[in-house]
Amino acid sequence: MDANATIDILTPLVPGAAFEAGASVDFATVVVPAEHIAATCTALRDTPSLGFEVLVEVTAADYLPRTPRYEVVYHLLSVKNRLRLRLKVRVTADGSVPTVQAVYPGAGWLEREVWAMFGIVFDGHPDLRRLLMPEDWEGHPARKDYPVQIQKTAQTYAPLEISEEQFRSNLERDRVRRQPH
Amino acid sequence: MSDIRTETMTVNMGPQHPSTHGVLRLVLELDGEFIQSVVPTIGYLHTGIEKTAEQKKWQQVIPLVERMDYLGAQSNSLAYALCVEKLLGLEMPQRVNDIRVLLAELQRIASHLIWVGTHGLEIGAVSMLFYAVKERELLLNINELIAGFRFFPSYIRIGGLREDLPRGFHAQVTEFLDRFPGKIDEFERLLTKNDIYQRRTQGVGVITREHAYAWGLVGPIARAGGSDYDVRKYFPYCGYETYDFKVPTATAGDVYARYQVRIAEMRESVKIARQALARISPTGAFACNDTRVVPPPKDKVYSEMEALIQHFLIYSQGFTVPAGDAYVAVEGARGEHGTYIVSDGSNRPWRVKMRAPSLMAIQALPAVVHGGLIADVVAVIGSTDVVMGDCDR
Repeated sequence: MDANATIDILTPLVPGAAFEAGASVDFATVVVPAEHIAATCTALRDTPSLGFEVLVEVTAADYLPRTPRYEVVYHLLSVKNRLRLRLKVRVTADGSVPTVQAVYPGAGWLEREVWAMFGIVFDGHPDLRRLLMPEDWEGHPARKDYPVQIQKTAQTYAPLEISEEQFRSNLERDRVRRQPH
Repeated sequence: MSDIRTETMTVNMGPQHPSTHGVLRLVLELDGEFIQSVVPTIGYLHTGIEKTAEQKKWQQVIPLVERMDYLGAQSNSLAYALCVEKLLGLEMPQRVNDIRVLLAELQRIASHLIWVGTHGLEIGAVSMLFYAVKERELLLNINELIAGFRFFPSYIRIGGLREDLPRGFHAQVTEFLDRFPGKIDEFERLLTKNDIYQRRTQGVGVITREHAYAWGLVGPIARAGGSDYDVRKYFPYCGYETYDFKVPTATAGDVYARYQVRIAEMRESVKIARQALARISPTGAFACNDTRVVPPPKDKVYSEMEALIQHFLIYSQGFTVPAGDAYVAVEGARGEHGTYIVSDGSNRPWRVKMRAPSLMAIQALPAVVHGGLIADVVAVIGSTDVVMGDCDR
């Protein structure tokens, strides 16, 4: 099924959305406006002639210096119809995308990874934290303007919650207890 | 009895716990022996391979991606090579496809062997590991024969293979394929009807087909729950449609069903490998004849000026790939290994993204083990066959 056939089925199901067929060498690509992504995914999953019940992958690409700067890419799979589909959402440098976690629970970590790597915010995501990096990491490494081959000192997860004095007094207390009887 | 403490207990499992397959950390909240919640923490093996790949030339990315899923190295490089070849529009000679199929199946067996060994070890069947690793050693010897490298051969290249098959390849593979089915019977005698193993695994960690699809799990985990989705059958690559094999499935969806599926997959892999080996001639084409990508043969480099220039260009600048993006998936040992590549038309990738089946499996873990026993966590992690290198990339 090519992109235009998919768009023809989708357009009446998602009112107000202007879909666009994208160029591709492998399978159909549909460009979806950001605000309609969740409704589009619901329609793609629940319409029997499409039946995209598996979200295979969510990722993004940074097209600096082009505007809009980012593309969030969703790869969907329909097992019963033997189809693959790629959805693209174009995002500006300070833009955001609604989460699709309500439609595909498996999107949770994938969206977290995209947020950590690219800094693209997923609206309505219940747990948007760093996934592969420490929580206090600065910057979004997969962006094209993030420096490569930098020296960074090791970062700790959180400061020690015990003060120097407390540490010493603990030592002293243990020492007293260890006296031979 | 009024002073019985009833609050839940938080236990930290990992990152160095032996049953967490590398460096996976789980924070468990326990009510006695029962699990109230699980919070996985991942990223201990994150090495930024995808970012590094953007700095490398196309061909130089192959050794990088092989180090992601280090137990199924050649599934990664096959997915990557097929994806770049799709962007380049290259067609491989039949012999290259057959060799790739053979290598992919041997890689699947090698990965499943480590899985059956470590899974058995965690359940308490310690001797499984020794039997399994002994067989895997023979597969590593085959890797050493073809590439001189045991874990990460980097033998599959964009445009074909690195070089032709070495002398003695057929004999060594045939020897393994003749020996191995008997060894699978041996493994099964140890585990399949083992009462302790059955009690630890049957009805534990059930993942149904619908559950698997919702969490994005495709591969042996979904097939144990009744799915028949296999990339080799649904979206054939490398000529898999011309091979005669079955896709093993089960319906229970528990740890035991995943064991049955993987054992049956090893038998099917032997079948495919035999068919592939019969098709491969000892010498012949080992790369396509596209001069943009494949360097000319050495004797021409030494005798013809054009060939020398071509050789020099390929090894200094690399080659360019037409602008665009593509996603290609192969059936790896852990499920769908996909590669999404964006090219801007230059000699380096703009973006490389590997789909990580292990990441999806760990994400689904809290829902699977909720309410179960703490001992079942070990069985479930083992049965999902996660590789942290694949998960963290």
